[in-house]
Amino acid sequence: MKDTGELKITTPSDREIAMTRTFDAPRRLVYDAWTKPELLKRWLGVRGGWSMAVCEVDLKVGGRYRYVWRGPTGKEMGIGGVFREVVPGERLVATEKFDDAWYEGDAVDTTVFVEEGGRTTVTTTVLYSSKEARDGVLQSPMESGVAESYDVLDEVLVSLRAA
Amino acid sequence: MYATRRLDATFAALADPTRRAILARLASGEASVTALAEPFEMSQPAISKHLKVLEAAGLISSGRDAQRRPRKLEARPLAEANEWLERYREYWEESFQRLDALLEELKTADRKRKRSKRKGARR
Repeated sequence: MKDTGELKITTPSDREIAMTRTFDAPRRLVYDAWTKPELLKRWLGVRGGWSMAVCEVDLKVGGRYRYVWRGPTGKEMGIGGVFREVVPGERLVATEKFDDAWYEGDAVDTTVFVEEGGRTTVTTTVLYSSKEARDGVLQSPMESGVAESYDVLDEVLVSLRAA
Repeated sequence: MYATRRLDATFAALADPTRRAILARLASGEASVTALAEPFEMSQPAISKHLKVLEAAGLISSGRDAQRRPRKLEARPLAEANEWLERYREYWEESFQRLDALLEELKTADRKRKRSKRKGARR
């Protein structure tokens, strides 16, 4: 059985990035926390003085969602999209676009909830419109070389502090 | 989420294991191209190509010594990249930790509801 808590980030194909995390709760509750605005507002991106100023979810095929976070200095960051598939408790497919997108086209998120022994593993796969779009994001921290990048950064930073 | 071009270049440069090894080596002090090529089974031109990528990303610079042109690590882009990485991971890890706590709360509420339902059924 997988342990809970560990966040895994992989690249299943050259247009995708996948993120997996296991939670110690049945699927029904995890799905609720993922889809109900009053619950989403309590965890998604809420940290360091940021809160969700807007959280709207019209959970049906063709329905829209929109999230806007507001930071301690009043700065806002928004994201939104349209649901393409809604299988309650099991699977969500939705488009995603940041207001300030740094990549071309809409990305498509597929989130799958799998329960085993009372624990739920959630895998979110983001499919970008092109390899170039994904690579733009990949050159961000989400790539497979992340761990090594961390290692070299750690090493480098330690030696710099020592210098 | 605010990836700048400079960060893109930094992360692209870090995506290669040889380049990461070169950076790790330079972290302990400047070195010539010959010295940098030594640990790798690679020709000097191949190493030079990697060095060019690192230089374009601003991660290393060439020293003044015209003959040796020792390469040296530039700390700033790495520090910026590190900060960005930390923020990104923290974003998800903190979100998920909050979700863990929320789920505990939902489970407790769920158990209570079930208990009172059973009680209700017995009545």
